Amino acid sequence: MTSSSTNSQEDARSIPTDDVLSETRIVLASQWKLIWWKFRKHRLAMFAGLVTLFLYTLAIFAEFFAPYLPQTYSAAHTHLPPPNIHFFKITDDGWRFYPHVNGYKVKVDPESYKRTYVIDKEISYPFGLFVNGEEYSLFGIFTMNMRLIGAKHAGDPVYLFGTDRLGRDVLSRTIYGTRISMSVGLVGVGLSLLLGVILGGISGYYGGFVDNLIQRTIEILRSLPTIPLWMGLSAAIPLTWHPISVYFAITIILSLIGWTSLAREVRGRFLSLKTEDFVIAARLDGVSEIQIIVRHMAPSMTSHIIASVTLAIPGMILAETALSFLGIGLRPPIVSWGVLLQEAQNVRSIATAPWLLFPGIAVVVAVLAMNFLGDGLRDAADPYQT
Amino acid sequence: MVPTLFIVSIIAFVVIQLPPGDFLASLISSSSETIDQSQIDALRERYGLDEPVYIQYWKWISGIIVNGDFGDSFEWNRPVSELIWERLGLTVFISIITLTFIWIVAIPIGIFSAVKKYTLGDYIVTVIGFIGLAVPNFLLALILMYISFRYFGQSVGGLFSPEYIDAKWSLNRVIDLLQHLWLPVIILGTAGTAALIRVMRANLLDELSKLYVEAARARGLSELKLLFKYPVRVALNPLVSAIAWVFPALISGSAITSIVLNLQTTGPLLYRSLQSQDMYLAGSLILLVSVLTIIGTLVSDILLAWIDPRIQLQ
Repeated sequence: MTSSSTNSQEDARSIPTDDVLSETRIVLASQWKLIWWKFRKHRLAMFAGLVTLFLYTLAIFAEFFAPYLPQTYSAAHTHLPPPNIHFFKITDDGWRFYPHVNGYKVKVDPESYKRTYVIDKEISYPFGLFVNGEEYSLFGIFTMNMRLIGAKHAGDPVYLFGTDRLGRDVLSRTIYGTRISMSVGLVGVGLSLLLGVILGGISGYYGGFVDNLIQRTIEILRSLPTIPLWMGLSAAIPLTWHPISVYFAITIILSLIGWTSLAREVRGRFLSLKTEDFVIAARLDGVSEIQIIVRHMAPSMTSHIIASVTLAIPGMILAETALSFLGIGLRPPIVSWGVLLQEAQNVRSIATAPWLLFPGIAVVVAVLAMNFLGDGLRDAADPYQT
Repeated sequence: MVPTLFIVSIIAFVVIQLPPGDFLASLISSSSETIDQSQIDALRERYGLDEPVYIQYWKWISGIIVNGDFGDSFEWNRPVSELIWERLGLTVFISIITLTFIWIVAIPIGIFSAVKKYTLGDYIVTVIGFIGLAVPNFLLALILMYISFRYFGQSVGGLFSPEYIDAKWSLNRVIDLLQHLWLPVIILGTAGTAALIRVMRANLLDELSKLYVEAARARGLSELKLLFKYPVRVALNPLVSAIAWVFPALISGSAITSIVLNLQTTGPLLYRSLQSQDMYLAGSLILLVSVLTIIGTLVSDILLAWIDPRIQLQ
C-alpha cells in the first residue's frame, strides 16, 4: 500500500494524467472522505439515506408538516375515507390549477344506522401549501399557525388520508407518530450503544475471565425469546405512570436485549485492532491504556459502530410498534405508529377503514430505508478494503 | 445449559414479582366470591408470601421441578399446568412446521439467487427478501386477513373451525387444523425465509468462488452435479446453525401473530394473563417458552455437529 502510493505520487509529478491525478486525490484524502466517496457509489443506500433524513425532518418539524393537531377531532367526520384529490378545476375559461378535494354527503342506512359517505361532486374544498391552520408552538418557543399543507379555509374537512373512528386526521397523526417511533429507535440504540461499547470494550480489551463472563451473558440473552419477555416486562409498567416515563421505560426494556449485538461488534473490533502494528507501537511508546483506546483505537472503529447502530435502529422501531400495537407499549395520548395501528387491530375495523393501516406503510418505509442505509454504511465503513 | 436455565427461571420469577402488591391482593379484588381468611392463609403459606424473596423463589421453582406444579391461575381458577400443555404443544408444532417451510422455500431460492447472481431474477428475490424482512409479522397478518375478507369473503384466523375448538383430538380435528395452518405458517415464515435466502446466497457465493469448484469444472463435471456435490452441502452448514436464532425468533414472533390471528398457542394466553395480572400463568409461560428456545438452540448445536463433524474436532 505505502510503496505503491509513493510510486504513484512520483508518477504524478512526471506525467500528470487524469487517472493519476485522481489517485493522488485518493492518497491525500482523509478516512472520512474515503468513506463518503465509497458510500456515494452505493445508489440505493444514498436514496435510503435521503428517505431517513426526510423522516427525521418530519419528526423534528411535525407541527409544521401535519395539517392538523394530533388530538383535533371532528365528530361529524368519523371514519371518513381518503378523498379523491383533484388538482385542476374546469371553469369557463378552461382548466385552472385549483387543488381541491370533493365533499361528502352522509347517508344513513335506515335499518342498521350505519353511516356511509358518498362523494358529492358539487362541493369542493380547496387546499394548498403554506396555509394558516390551527395554532401550535414549535419546540415550545415559537407560536405559529403556518402549516405546509392544509385546507385553504380553516375548518374545511380536508383529510388527505382519511380519519379514524373519532374523526382525527390519519395523515397528521402518522406524521406526529414519526416523532415518537423514530426517536424510540434512536434513544433505545443510544442506550444499547452505551452498554455495548462499555461491556464489549471491556470484553475485547481485557479478555480472560471477564470476557468469558460477558460472552456467556450475551449468549444467554440472545437465546431468550424477546417478544414474550418484552411483553412481560412492559406489562409491569404501572398504568398510573406519566406517558413520558412509560416512553423511557419502554426504551430501556428494548435496549436491555438490544445491546448484545453491538457489544459483539465492539469486542470483535477490539480483538482485531489490539494486535495491529500501530497499537503495539503506541503501547511500546508508553502511551497510557486510556489514551490508546480513545486516541488510537476508537477512531478506527467509529465507522463500523455507526453502521451497526444504523442496522440496530429498525429492530427497535419494529419492537416498539409491536408492543404498542398490542397495547402494552406506549399508550395514548402518546402518538406512535404502533399506537395508531392499535386502531386497526381486528379484521372488522380494517374492513370498515382500510386506510387505518397507513401508519404501517410508514413503518415499512422507515425500516427498509434504515436497513439499506445501514448496509451501505457497512460496506463503506472500511474504505481501505477493496 | 443449566446456568442458562437458572437465569431464565430468575427472569420469569422477576416478571411474576413485578406488578405492585402481592398477587393475593389482586386475587381478592378480582374474585367475585368472597374468600375466607383460612383459604388466604393457606395460599400465603403455600407460596411463602411472608418469607424473603429467595425462599419464595425456591418454593416456586422446586414445585415446578419436583411436582410439575406451576401455581394456580387466578383468572381461570385452575392450576397453570392444566392450561398450558396443549397450547405449548401447538406452539412447538407450528414453529417446527414453519421452520420446515422456511427451509423448503429458502434453500432452492437461495441457490438460484447465488447461481444466477446479478440477474433480474436475483434482484427480484433480493427486493422481495428485503420487504419480507421489513414488514412486521402482525402487519402482514392484518393485510392477509383483510385481503381474504375483502376478496374471498371469508374471515380467516384461528387454528380450528368453531366446532373443533374444544373437541377431543381426532382425525377430523387434525385435518381441520391442517386446513387452517397455511396462513400462520406463511406469515411467520416470511421474515425467516427472507433472512435465510440471504444467508444461503452469501454462503454459496463464497463456496462457488473457491478453487476446488474451478478444478471440478475443469475436469468436466456437469454443472448440476458440480453444484450439488460439494458447494451446496458446505453452504448448508451455517443454515443449520441458523436454527439457533431462527427458532427463538419464530417462537417470539408467533406470540404477536397468534394474538392477531387468534391462534390457540401460548401467545394469546400470555397476553391475556399479563393484562389481567395473572402472574403465575404469565411467569410459567415465559419460563416455558424460554426453555423451548434454549432446547431449540441445543438441538441446532447437536445437528450441526452431526452434519459437520469438523465442529467436534475444535
